[in-house]
Amino acid sequence: MERMQGTARLNAGENRLKLLLLRGLSGEESAYHAFLQELSAHLRAFLRRRLARLPDEVEDLVQESLLAVHNQRHTYDAGQPLTAWVHAIAKYKLVDLLRRRSKRELLSDPLDEEFGLAAASDTDAADARRDLGRLLARLPERQRLPIVHMKLEGLSVAQTAELTGMSASAVKVGVHRGLKALAAMIREAP
Amino acid sequence: MRTEELVSMLATGAGAVAPNQVARRHALALGWGILGAALLMAILLGPRPDLARAVLLPMFWVKLVFVACIAAGSLAAALRLARPGRKLAWVPAAVAAPVLAIWLLSMIVLVPAEAAQREILFFGSTWDVCPFLIATLSVPGFVAAMWAMQGLAPTRLRLAGAAAGLFAGSMGALVYCLHCPEMGAPFIGVWYLLGMLIPAAAGALLGPRLLRW
Repeated sequence: MERMQGTARLNAGENRLKLLLLRGLSGEESAYHAFLQELSAHLRAFLRRRLARLPDEVEDLVQESLLAVHNQRHTYDAGQPLTAWVHAIAKYKLVDLLRRRSKRELLSDPLDEEFGLAAASDTDAADARRDLGRLLARLPERQRLPIVHMKLEGLSVAQTAELTGMSASAVKVGVHRGLKALAAMIREAP
Repeated sequence: MRTEELVSMLATGAGAVAPNQVARRHALALGWGILGAALLMAILLGPRPDLARAVLLPMFWVKLVFVACIAAGSLAAALRLARPGRKLAWVPAAVAAPVLAIWLLSMIVLVPAEAAQREILFFGSTWDVCPFLIATLSVPGFVAAMWAMQGLAPTRLRLAGAAAGLFAGSMGALVYCLHCPEMGAPFIGVWYLLGMLIPAAAGALLGPRLLRW
């Protein structure tokens, strides 16, 4: 009975999040914002359990995973369980981090243990140690300016294009490449 | 930057995402891979002179279908490996099935054949160039398939690289069928397979370096 309730709760959480993501992918910004917001709490809980001995790394990895989910969101298939997709991304980033630290023994939890998206949530955000704002400043102008105007100041593509003198497509490409470059900077950081 | 700020930043102006990008990128890779291989084949080798007669022979089609099955299997593997959390499930079996089938056919023709005949069936007259020519023809497909995978999200980089490489190899081999004069099943089961495995090995080697995200 308890397990059935757990499964039902898990499915409800999965379905709600999935709906938010699908609406987000079709261009509904507020739904996408809600998706990422809720996802960050799940990622935090998911990663905190796996990084019990590296609590300082959790928030950095939550942010790195969110950036990865965003940059790779075009690989989500609506026919696929969202939990599997999200966890595969988070595990990939987790393994990457541990490889970077090359201290595998710090992994306190078996990687293949499955937790549902709705099973746990942790909204208590600690501060990230890495400052993404500072990394952003290192991007070349053609990527940094579109991100600053569009993503931080909330201007439209057209407004950003007018302000920077770039073409509308260059603005879009700049945002896209800039966010990928940001992920690469995090990855290459020692 | 706090996580909430990052969430707002990512969501702001996110816009709609074009659907089916995994399939679309691979369709492009298929187009460029085949086109590139065909151009290379036309420049370097040319089609076999008796192509018009060869298409009437069953072995010509057995060869083509064998390679096409490998192409389909490796494409299915690439499509799955490009998505986080997707399991390979039946796909490895689908890749292995055409190989086992051509080996079975090889046995059937080799067992009753005489020793001299066996050697011809196995080595043909072009065994020493076949794998390298297939690998050469798969270079455009290799670039295209790696490009397709690079824009997606493989989490098993070595395997994803190998699948993309095998896909490229099968595109090269598919075009090579139009040039190659060999018709023996054992020849195809060994030297064609080897030719396709060269780019697959290259993909497995380069995957962890090229496909990170």
